[in-house]
This record gives sequence, C-alpha cells and structure tokens, in this order.
Amino acid sequence: MGLSLQNLHKSVDGEIHLSGIDLTIESGSRTVVLGRTLSGKTSLLRIMAGLDRPTRGAILVDDKDVTGVSVRKRSIAMVYQQFINYPSFTIFDNIASPLKVAGMPRDQIKKRVMEVAKVLHLTGMLHRMPAELSGGQQQRTAIARALVKDAQLLLLDEPLVNLDYKLREELQTELQEIFRQRDAMVVYTTTEPGEALKFGGSIVVLDGGRVIQTGPTTQVYRNPANLKVAEVFSDPPINYLDCRVDANTLTLKSGLSIPMTGHLKGLTPGRYTLGVRSNNLSLGRRNKLDMELTARIKLAEINGSETFIHVDCFGSRLVVQEVGVRSARIGSETSVFVNPARFFVFTGSGDLVLSPDPFHQS
Amino acid sequence: MKKRTLGLIVYFILLMLPIYWMLNMSLRTNADILSVFSLYPRHFTFENYMKIFTDASWYSGYINSIIYVSLNTVISLATALPAAYAFSRYRFIGDGQMFFWLLTNRMAPAAVFLLPFFQLYSTVGLIDTHIAVALAHCLFNVPLAVWILEGFMSGVPKEIDETAYIDGYSFPRFFTTIFIPLIRSGVGVTAFFCFMFSWVELLFARTLTTTSAKPIAAIMTRTVSASGLDWGLLSAAGILTIVPGALVIWFVRNHMAKGFAMGRV
Repeated sequence: MGLSLQNLHKSVDGEIHLSGIDLTIESGSRTVVLGRTLSGKTSLLRIMAGLDRPTRGAILVDDKDVTGVSVRKRSIAMVYQQFINYPSFTIFDNIASPLKVAGMPRDQIKKRVMEVAKVLHLTGMLHRMPAELSGGQQQRTAIARALVKDAQLLLLDEPLVNLDYKLREELQTELQEIFRQRDAMVVYTTTEPGEALKFGGSIVVLDGGRVIQTGPTTQVYRNPANLKVAEVFSDPPINYLDCRVDANTLTLKSGLSIPMTGHLKGLTPGRYTLGVRSNNLSLGRRNKLDMELTARIKLAEINGSETFIHVDCFGSRLVVQEVGVRSARIGSETSVFVNPARFFVFTGSGDLVLSPDPFHQS
Repeated sequence: MKKRTLGLIVYFILLMLPIYWMLNMSLRTNADILSVFSLYPRHFTFENYMKIFTDASWYSGYINSIIYVSLNTVISLATALPAAYAFSRYRFIGDGQMFFWLLTNRMAPAAVFLLPFFQLYSTVGLIDTHIAVALAHCLFNVPLAVWILEGFMSGVPKEIDETAYIDGYSFPRFFTTIFIPLIRSGVGVTAFFCFMFSWVELLFARTLTTTSAKPIAAIMTRTVSASGLDWGLLSAAGILTIVPGALVIWFVRNHMAKGFAMGRV
C-alpha cells in the first residue's frame, strides 16, 4: 500500500495552486507537509483525499489510478483546520458516524467509540452536543472520528492551528503516540517548523504550489536545499548575511573577515549568502570562537518565554532569539555574537553549498 | 422607559382594533350590528359560527383552502430544497443570473400570469382542482423558498458535506439525516412563508376554481347579496381565517427574523 502523485497540476480560475507535484508516500509512513499559508498545502491534501480533481496528473494507490474515484469509495479520513463536526449529532454519534454508515453492529460500534474516546479524553462528554464543548474538545472529536474507522490514509490539515498554545502542545505529543500505534499513512500539514520537527517522519516542503524539498525531516532541517527551504523551515525565518570569499578570507559586507576554518574550509572564491538561524545568534558571548557583529536594535518582540530582538547589521536585518524575557533599548548599539561553525552557505542564486556539521559542538 | 411602554400600548391598540371589531361583530346578530353602536356584544350569539361549521358550502371552503395550501407547501419545499442546495454548493454556468431570474418571478403582478394559467389549465382540464391552485402558487413560492433556503444552506460549512462523504455517506442519506436537520429552522420558516402566501392569495385561487375546490376567501364574497351584507357571518369567517395563520406564526415565531432576512443573518 502506497500513494503516489504523478505530475499533479491544479489551477482554479487561471490561478495556479499546485504545479508539477511528484510525490510517493510509503505505506505506514508519516509525512509532514510544511509550507507557508497559500503554499498549496490544503490543495494538495484535498487532491490526495479525492475531494478535488487535479487539473492534470494522476494519483495512484497501490499502482492503481484512482484520480477520478469518488471520496466515498476511498479509504481516507480527514481532519480540517476548522472544527468540523455534525452539529445535530451528539459526540458519540459524531464519532460513530463512519462506523454506522459502514454497517457495523451496534455493540461493536460502542466498543470502538469508547476505545477512541478514551485515547482522546472524550469519555465524559459523549452524550453532549459539539456546540457545548470547548474548541479543543471539538477538534478532538473530529480527530476521534477520523481515527475510529482505520482508514488507509489519514489526512490532517493544520489540525491544531486554531487551538490555544497549551492545548496544542498537549495534543501534539498525544497525536505522535496515536500515529505511532497505527500503520496508516499519515499526512499532516503545518506552517510551523517546530511542529514539523516534533512530528518527525519525512517532510515535503511546499512553496508557491511546488515541492521544493523532500526527505527525512531532521535531515532536511539540517541541510535545507536552498534559501527558500531554509526560510520556510526556520522560525523566525533564517537570517542572511552577504559575503565574499577571496583566496583564504571570507569578508562580510560590514568589512569583518572571518577565518575560514571548520566546514567553511575549502570554499572557492566568489560571492555567497550566509544563513544563520536565530537561535544561533545571541547578545552575549557563548563561545570563544564567537565572532562579534555590531548592530542597532530595531525592535524587541517578546514571545512566550523567548525574546526576538530585531537588529540592523550594516543593512542586513537579523533576528536574535534570546531565552527569557529581555528588555532592549530601541535604537541602541549592541553586539551580536555568532559562531561561524553555525553558518549555512548558499550560492548567490540560493542553492546550498555547505551546512554546519550537526555533531560539531559549538 | 415609561414613554416607550405607553407608545407600545397605543400601537397595539391601533393594531388590534380592527381584529377586535371583527370579533365583536362575529358574536352579534346582523340586526344588532346595524341598530346600535356597541364596544362589546350585548346579545351574545354563536349563530354565525354555527352556520359556518354546519353548512357544507361554508366549511368545505376551509377544507379546500387547507388542501391546496398544504399541497403547495409540500411541492414548494420538495423543489426548492434541491434547487437551493445546488445554488449554495455548486458553481455552474449562469448560476448567478438564474438565481436572480428566480426572484424576478415575484416582481410581476399576479394578474399578468392569470390569463395564461386559466387558458392552460382549461386546456388540460385542471380547472377547479386543488392541484391547479397549488401549482399556480408555486410560481411565487418556489423562488422565495429557494432564496430563503439558499441563505440558510450557505450558513452551513461545505466541509460538513465533505466530511460526510469521507465518512461514506451517500448523498441522499447525508442530505436527509445530516443536512436537513441542520437547517431545520430554515425549512420551518420557508414552510411558513409558503403557507401564508398561499393562504391569503385570492386572485388565482378564485379564478382557477369554480365549485369543488373553491377556497374560503372566495366563499366569503357570497355574504354580499342584493339584500345587503351579512356582517356577522363575514366577520365570523374572517376570524376563522386568521386562526391557522396565527397558529403557524406561533410555531415559527423564534425564527421569523432570520427568515425575513432570507437566512442571511
């Protein structure tokens, strides 16, 4: 059992939503689709589900073409970003509905529903109506309905995005456990790099309706194929520094030169773009190899227990991620420290040349 | 606050006065009505009501009306439900124009359609049948029903339909067990509008019937004769005509506002 998409195109009213998608999803695998809003994640999922027909291309399940097959005849389950339940059914009937349609005997339905409800902590509210539940409980009902029927393909379209932070974290962990226990293909979309990393499995990075990289999630995180992937797969987006390599020195736009040691050794002369994730920038020296950049503070944004400090460094906008709630004086001069061992190196056109050694201790 | 209460009281007195006056007259004899001015019936009598309930030519009017009104309500809902679903869920060529064109049917005065209907029904032998009136009223009720139901249906997210298909529901099963219960109040309000329009409509109902399907509104005109008007009887018939409407309004009172806004609230 495997799903493969061949040269899929989808356009609606002349607007291209997906183009040239070639993907293979192995049976029993977990795939996360990462992309910004409007990158085509939902369109891709809807085509996989069979809710929409691709403009061109084919969908194969076990090497059988199912492109035009109606949703009812496919073995899929789907959870939407919005909380979608049948408002006139109780929670029990909501979860039981796919089984009832399939004609399962009553006592068996009850057993299955109770099992799933237990996993998703819905046991106490089975007799209530969806409108009487909180958002998290409603979404759990939708997930329960998707899990109850043992579909071959389980699609989740940003299922946790409308939940509050606490609940999201909780469900993220719970879902990992639930997915691990099934052998269905799970496809999960998200805009958040952190969620994608938690999900693990393999990843499909989408941008502007195209697949820009696929592979095991952690590997893609460590080796983004180009600047676009690095941007999508970093939160906040990866920082850029333009530089020039002559003979044996690497010079930043600010005039600062960096010794070419470690993974930077052996770069051929030319122009490059250095990429560095915000968590590798800091306002204090963390390592004796750290180099110091002078910058001006533009903005400090407190996000939960972290502070994002936006600084201007010789015309490049950098975002420094600092743990804890920090206050920073806007407009003041500061030093930003970065270990050159953490630099990604991209060519001028944005393709990855070098990535930091993941096992190198900074 | 005081002023408002006072204003409302005055308003309701003005509103209810004609109805009260009709009730007053229906409980008096003609001689009494014509001789003295009285705010309440002095010689209380149910004679007028008794006549309506015992004389077949009177009560059959109510039965006829109820029959074609119910028929019309059922036909209107049965056609408008699928039509409204199509308008709310699918995009097809000319859908917008067609949706608007439906409403234009209500823009022409009924009299315009009277002659064609009469001619057509005479040819196919439908004159003086309940179904004739019920079908004629569809001309006005189906467009209205489609508009109201479309509004209610568009308030239901499309994802619910999709979830049902994913769960394996067939379309008819989804439509009857999931979708219609979701727009219950819309269906109720639509039925109310169809019922009320058909119940009070006189022109078609009178022209397309002669004896066996004659509606109550037409029979009421019989109270006018050479010897004058039968005031008491007419009033009693009027009161009885209000009753079914009032009952239906009572049932849908909580959904009326949304219905008037065609479900778009």
